[in-house]
Amino acid sequence: MLDVRNLSLAYGQTPVLADLSFSLGADEILMLVGPTGCGKTTVLRTLAGLVRPDAGEIVLGDQRITPKRDVPPEKRRVGMVFQDFALFPHLSVIDNVAFRLSDRGPAHEWLERLGLTALADAMPERLSGGQKQRVALARALAHKPQLMLLDEPLSNLDAALKDTLRWDIRTALKEAGVPALWVTHDQEEALSVGDRLGVLNNGRLEQLDTPEQCFSQPTSRFAAQFLGEAAFVRGHRDGPVVATPLGSATAITQGASGEKVDLMVRPDDLTVVPSRDGNGVVEWRRYEGETRLYAIRVCDGEALRVRTNHELDLAVGAPVHLRISSEHPLAAFTPEPAA
Amino acid sequence: MRPWPVSYVLAAPVAILAVLPLLVLLDLGVGADTLWDPHWLDVLGQSLALAGLTVVGSLLLGVPLAVMSAYVRLPLRGLWLPLLAAPLAMPSYIGAFTFYAAFGPGGEIEQLTGIPTPELRGLTGAAVVMSLYTFPFVLLTTRASLRGLDASVLDAARTLGLSLPQALWRAVLPRVRRGIAAGALLAALYTLSDFGTPAIMGVDTFTRVIFVEYNAFGLSQAAMLSLHLLVIVGLILFLESRFGTEQERPGRTLVVTPGTLSGAGMMGLAVLVFALAVGLPLALFGIWIARDGLAGFDPMTAVNSAWAAALAALGAVLLALPVAYAALAGPAGRVMDRLTYFGFGVPGIVMGTALVHLGLRVPVLYQTLFLLVLAYMLRFLPLAVGAVRSTAERVDDNMTHAARLLGASRWEAFRRVSLPLTLRGVVAGGALVFLEAMRELPATLMLRPTGFDTLATELWRVYEAGYFGRAGVPGLLLVVISGVALVLMVSGERGLKAGLAENKG
Repeated sequence: MLDVRNLSLAYGQTPVLADLSFSLGADEILMLVGPTGCGKTTVLRTLAGLVRPDAGEIVLGDQRITPKRDVPPEKRRVGMVFQDFALFPHLSVIDNVAFRLSDRGPAHEWLERLGLTALADAMPERLSGGQKQRVALARALAHKPQLMLLDEPLSNLDAALKDTLRWDIRTALKEAGVPALWVTHDQEEALSVGDRLGVLNNGRLEQLDTPEQCFSQPTSRFAAQFLGEAAFVRGHRDGPVVATPLGSATAITQGASGEKVDLMVRPDDLTVVPSRDGNGVVEWRRYEGETRLYAIRVCDGEALRVRTNHELDLAVGAPVHLRISSEHPLAAFTPEPAA
Repeated sequence: MRPWPVSYVLAAPVAILAVLPLLVLLDLGVGADTLWDPHWLDVLGQSLALAGLTVVGSLLLGVPLAVMSAYVRLPLRGLWLPLLAAPLAMPSYIGAFTFYAAFGPGGEIEQLTGIPTPELRGLTGAAVVMSLYTFPFVLLTTRASLRGLDASVLDAARTLGLSLPQALWRAVLPRVRRGIAAGALLAALYTLSDFGTPAIMGVDTFTRVIFVEYNAFGLSQAAMLSLHLLVIVGLILFLESRFGTEQERPGRTLVVTPGTLSGAGMMGLAVLVFALAVGLPLALFGIWIARDGLAGFDPMTAVNSAWAAALAALGAVLLALPVAYAALAGPAGRVMDRLTYFGFGVPGIVMGTALVHLGLRVPVLYQTLFLLVLAYMLRFLPLAVGAVRSTAERVDDNMTHAARLLGASRWEAFRRVSLPLTLRGVVAGGALVFLEAMRELPATLMLRPTGFDTLATELWRVYEAGYFGRAGVPGLLLVVISGVALVLMVSGERGLKAGLAENKG
């Protein structure tokens, strides 16, 4: 449905998109995450035709778009949900949703599906943030796009609303059967909503895979750290097994060929137990409700974070033993040269 | 290189058109045999004297009234500010005309009441009239600054032993110096540009002498004088742009509840000023209509005024639309937008001189209504651009992008989203241009086709003929038009604020 090949764009000397390639299946939802300024919104604007790329090709349905053969936004049949919703303030909800429809059927249908029927004649300024969001979604979907673009659709809403809305949007997109590109900077949103996940850094796709793979087998240190807390433990590799001061684990090496590697551990890959002659002490602790987060300073260096059941209650300064307890293979990287 | 936005392509010619008068004047000035005539030193002196006296007068009236309208709680709270701002909406030549007719031996006041009044003419007369019609500039800028001040400083001054007037003088007014200065510069600018008042009162300022030269077929002298005047105006505009307003941390605004006597005194002053600036002209026009009846009034003058003004309003709005959008599109567009503001600084008499010359150079245009309408458009274009831009600013880029992505072409997105959202500004801008053009005097005098009389030129003709009774109907109509303009400006501002507040809620 969507095929993007070698898309590049620079503003002056600053590259914004660097040789970006990916494709989207029939009703697939691809989440794009990355820090502020990584180019994720630019990807959307390029696909929408609001920004013209310097090079590359976009195949959208039966259209082949290149910088030389541009297709204006209105001819692309792309739906977009803007961060600020961009509802037309002078038109009622139904007039917004049916903006260019000669048959208003689909408009009413989408209003009903998203629970907005009662608000059909309301003006946008009377709506809450969540309602505006749904209207924006209904408006885009009612015009039967062949691709949906969502630009941080939940960033202007309360935390409480986000959780339900994100599933409502996913359901609506799946019902419509439209492929979607969804940009966010929220890692929880990125991991939970999409079918696939792309990690964008400096205009480059660092990794493009299922959320599970991206989280447990990041292909770069950046991806590892962006999607959740991650620490690196120095170890020696022997075949598939890496031995570290915290125990051994099977590892999948990400381009690491030497004997010395850095093993990525997340707080739930570790186990801590109280022990008189252990390998570390508790540096600080944070109660999280169902779980507790401890920072353990291991004898020879940095503090590692470990998440435990809330029943394990360790005092700050208590001697403990910390070990790797992961049952799945961990990612291993070539050690970074010391700074 | 990316292609220019459509608005740039359309706005660039408008920007060039806007500075056309300057180019024409330079062309004319190059051909002049005298760059400087010693007699003009006198003209400069008279102009500066009038501007200086007017600034003094408008400060004396404007500052105390600003303090009053900013801080003092009076009965009928909503009444005082519009009442005091009203003179701003009236062209000063109406005041000059009625003061000229009312005062002095044999003037209307003596005829009606038998009380002899001193003659009010020349520099004194002009300064009094100009002060009455320009003090609202000082009032408004000073008031805005005063409202931004935190009252606790004044309270502190009083706990240190100052009386209220002393505290105002020492702890409040020094903090609004820039606001006062900005108002004073506006008053000076308006005075230097004004033609009607010095012409009627007989003060040889630049504007009057330019008109005299023009009538004596000294077009190149008129152009040279126009250029000199433009330099002075430019200097003042430059000074004005240097004055920012004070930025203080906002706080509680001072409220003073006056005693009965001082309250009555203040209201009395406000009413007196209003009575002189607006009441006296209204009364005289009424008396003249009662005495002379409607005979002698040619309705065609009103029709002509309205027709030319309507064409100017339509044209100005059409030119303003691309400029307003260009101003929002990028830095080059903002430059074009600034250029169209040129007309605002150009006194009407200068605009007239420039376009008369253009008419002589391009004979097709000579003595056509088009040239007059063009003068109105160029002079009042900033009003239209400002009104359109202020509403267009509220149209988010994403809004037009959303329309495009839903399948609307550029034109459809403009027609169905941008235009409806800016329509209010378009209507307001058009109306302002219409009302200003209806009252314009100097450029009309110079550019109207033979036999094409307007309300303003009719008033001028009556003044020259000395038969004041005939001024009743056109004068009254001009005051009414000014009133409508004032209401429109005030309600436009309020409506805009209400609309913004609604969007935030």
